Amino acid sequence: MSLIEVENLWKTYDMGHEQVNALRGVDMKIEKGEYVAIMGPSGSGKSTLMNLIGCLDTPSKGTYRLNNQAVADLNDDELARIRNKEIGFVFQTFNLLPRATALHNVELPLIYNGTSRELRRESAERAMQIVGLGDRMTHRPNELSGGQRQRVAVARALVNNPSILLADEPTGNLDTSTGMEIMGLLADLHRSGNTLIVVTHEYDIAKFADRIIFLRDGQIEKEEYKQAG
Amino acid sequence: MISTVEIKDGILLALDSIRSNKLRAGLTILGVLIGVASVIGMASIISGLDKMVMNEIESMGSNVLYVTKFPPDVDYDKLTEEERNRKPIDFEAVQAIIDFCPSITAVAPRNYYAPPGGNVVKYKGNQANRPGMFGTLPDYVKVENRNVGRGRFFNEFDMERRAMVCVIGSDVAKALFPHEDPVEKQIRVNSRQFRVIGVMEEKEPFLGESDNNFVILPYATYEKLIPWEKELFLQASAASPQTMDQAKDEITSVLRRIRGVPYHKPDNFAIWTQDNIKDAVNNITQYIYIAMIVISSVGLMVGGVGVMNIMLVSVTERTREIGIRKAIGAKKLNILIQFLTEATTLACSGGVLGIFAGILLAFLSKLIFSMPFTVSILWMVLGFSVSVLVGLVAGIYPAYKAARVDPIISLRYE
Repeated sequence: MSLIEVENLWKTYDMGHEQVNALRGVDMKIEKGEYVAIMGPSGSGKSTLMNLIGCLDTPSKGTYRLNNQAVADLNDDELARIRNKEIGFVFQTFNLLPRATALHNVELPLIYNGTSRELRRESAERAMQIVGLGDRMTHRPNELSGGQRQRVAVARALVNNPSILLADEPTGNLDTSTGMEIMGLLADLHRSGNTLIVVTHEYDIAKFADRIIFLRDGQIEKEEYKQAG
Repeated sequence: MISTVEIKDGILLALDSIRSNKLRAGLTILGVLIGVASVIGMASIISGLDKMVMNEIESMGSNVLYVTKFPPDVDYDKLTEEERNRKPIDFEAVQAIIDFCPSITAVAPRNYYAPPGGNVVKYKGNQANRPGMFGTLPDYVKVENRNVGRGRFFNEFDMERRAMVCVIGSDVAKALFPHEDPVEKQIRVNSRQFRVIGVMEEKEPFLGESDNNFVILPYATYEKLIPWEKELFLQASAASPQTMDQAKDEITSVLRRIRGVPYHKPDNFAIWTQDNIKDAVNNITQYIYIAMIVISSVGLMVGGVGVMNIMLVSVTERTREIGIRKAIGAKKLNILIQFLTEATTLACSGGVLGIFAGILLAFLSKLIFSMPFTVSILWMVLGFSVSVLVGLVAGIYPAYKAARVDPIISLRYE
């Protein structure tokens, strides 16, 4: 049983007078512990696919099983619970709460699932240590550099021990060397057992993954496996 | 599931946004502030006044019955023919009550006289400030519950002799005798000589109004000098609260007889007590309370609209934040609670400031107008609860809007 099983996934947007098919029958499987990149030019449907995998949206047609649970027909609150428990998002624009401290940002997912105060503090601090920001807990996002902010975002994604880390253009807002640092951090996380999906349009970023899925016009064009070694 | 952390978080966030947007938040909560301040301020003043009036009424003497032509709450613009032609209450009634009402222990009429321009009261070069003048009976001190400070009150002997003596109030004494003892001095009242035999004890001024500026004559002397002034204010006291009803019945039957009221007609006079005055005062206070509630609800409504407006702006401004929270697992209810908490915190801070402003208002009016005030915990709790309610009502629609934000769109929102 794969971690992610997607079969014949369609997503149609109703744009008033015409229907736009963002995804047109995508099939894929991702195993636990894999590092997969989803690549494609803009308009290829990769953002739509990421939203579906991240349970931010539901497909128009087809099935999506996450951890052997059908996600397609869950309601908003059940999706929220899955996002909280199974998925850790890392966004291009970091998406931290600007007025909260780094530690509080990391704690937030735990607040929404009712974790006790002590456990919350402990888990958040551990996640901050993992991303190497043990000394920046009480800083606010505007007191941190871009790379540090993205590390906080990674810590927030990690804190709930999710099934998938889902990164959407994680280096899009960073300079090259900082971007490489973040990719290194993600690679470390993969090595320690996390399942990682990176959505990007840059081949330089995608090639960190063990497998690259190329999307074009809402369909999988080809897949590429990293050569061993 | 809602955790207390979320509520605490919401409150902290709200306080934080108040801090970072002081002017905006200040203007927003101004309406709530004014509404609550007017409730607290006015309620404090009204209850203070109320207490003072009640004390004043009680100090007028206990077990006292008042007999007048009309009841105290009469509307002089709507008198019937019979009422307009009523005979005044005069000394005949006083005498009849003394003679035929065993439950009445003391009677004190007050027959006032004032010539055009007021009473002229002089001693040597000094003149009193147009004092009131009235004639009464020796029992006056008993009925009115007032004491003589210096000298004595007049007695039956002065009455029989129609003595040219008087008892003066403390204001008159101060005006005429700044450096002398007034007792046994001859003063001139409207060009007639009177001997001062006593000075009444000073009474605390009521609402800035002094009740110490008067000259009292024995009724017999008064009647001799001013025989044409018949109408008087009649006060009589019963032995105890238990005999009040009995006393009232006795007076009623005596007055009906001497005023010739046929048995099938209603009384052409009114007998009332402190309780009637208290009821009348309470009636007035009730209207003031209603007016106060109307005024403050306008403020609270404006405040509510302000809070709602600012919350709608806040939801739009923070669409992205809502998206983030949803992406990491916030349910609709979580977002709803967050924004409701924020709206309520905003309104409550207006409420708390309003409570302080209200107390300050009452305190200032005490300083400036010497209005008494009592701060009541009940009204403070009420003011606070109302501001919570305003926050909840004003916050529900913006919070609902926030809860419905679509995370995909809001995450793309820059």
